[in-house]
Amino acid sequence: MITLLGRELKVAFRAGGGFGYALIFFFIIVLMLAFGIGPELGLLSKIAPGALWVCALLACLLSLDRLFSLDYEDGTLEQLALAPVPLETVVLAKVTAHWLTTGLPLALIAPVLGFFLGLPEQGFLWVFLSLLVGTPALSMIGAFGAALTIGLRRGGLLLSILVLPLYVPTLIFGAEVARRGAEGLAIGTPFALLSALSFGIFAFLSFASAAVLRINLR
Amino acid sequence: MLRLSDVSIARAQRVLLENVSFELSSGEALIVTGPNGLGKTTLLRTIAGLQPLYAGSIEADEDAFGYAGHATAIKPSLSVLENLMFWATLYGREAHLGQTLEQFNLTTLKAMMAGQLSAGQERRLSLARLFLTGRDIWILDEPTVSLDRSSVAELSEILKNHLTAGGAALIVTHADGLDLGGMERQLDLSPFQTRAKRVTTDEAFL
Repeated sequence: MITLLGRELKVAFRAGGGFGYALIFFFIIVLMLAFGIGPELGLLSKIAPGALWVCALLACLLSLDRLFSLDYEDGTLEQLALAPVPLETVVLAKVTAHWLTTGLPLALIAPVLGFFLGLPEQGFLWVFLSLLVGTPALSMIGAFGAALTIGLRRGGLLLSILVLPLYVPTLIFGAEVARRGAEGLAIGTPFALLSALSFGIFAFLSFASAAVLRINLR
Repeated sequence: MLRLSDVSIARAQRVLLENVSFELSSGEALIVTGPNGLGKTTLLRTIAGLQPLYAGSIEADEDAFGYAGHATAIKPSLSVLENLMFWATLYGREAHLGQTLEQFNLTTLKAMMAGQLSAGQERRLSLARLFLTGRDIWILDEPTVSLDRSSVAELSEILKNHLTAGGAALIVTHADGLDLGGMERQLDLSPFQTRAKRVTTDEAFL
């Protein structure tokens, strides 16, 4: 697992690995949103938590189609399937690497972007925490979608269509935590539900993704 | 070492080959030939365990196979050493890394990014990975593609060493340049081709 993870991170950080693209995309799309809506700070600060969540979700989606397809094309995936490691471990390592290079930086930068949108100060922490807990689920659902679409040319759009509806529950609870946090309301229930959802998805979908990969390798 | 009895293979819901039987023993190489689209690759992938067997039986020791397909499984953004190190760790054979680099003439290239290797060097790296896994039966799908004559001779040498060390190899190739010094047998798969197009059940649920 450590070996796999180390390799994934190395590949991601090397030239052409794609690290940082999602982050820059997130930054740009939030700024676009601010420009589009205009300088009405009251409105902006009201929609900031939800807007940050939607933008983070889109940024996450953008980096998904490379998750398995590169390894599939260069034959690494079939070698991994034959190696003495379970494919479930491979999936977990890949998703963890994706989260470390995408989800975690997104969560870290979100409060800064929240500042641009006039997010109330008390919301910074909760935007960060809700994304921190929610993004692993986004990575894992995305991996499932990526596993389904490997080997398809132009699978990127199909991937989005498959994955976005599955993101809905995470989005609802995540944005709710962020909104309540920003307004200073109690966040206990949605935060508990978001965590449960995230851990549950992480546990189940790793098996589902591995099974799908096995079928797609045939 | 390996025995196939009445093996049938299927791909994309079509049975390709039927009743293939052969034996492969230690120190022997089997060169599998046949026209394009016959199912040579599918047969190799089935034996390697990537594809489900449609009918028949394959007997072999557990963890006997090392497979090298069309794709080389090399990451261009990692160095030669990093590429090999990863697989060595995965198979728990880090101790053999130095010997492998030497045997495949990769010692001078080890710090180079794999993306800068020539096609022949890349093929060599992919064979080094196969050697590093320590598996006895090598399954090679078109190993001579993009190799020049001297590289093919080199490959023959590597294969001969593997065979004399008690290994075995199953090779699909179109090239005649592979010289294994009489340790090889030929198997033409054409007689095993399925006449009628039979539709099988959905592969996903096999």
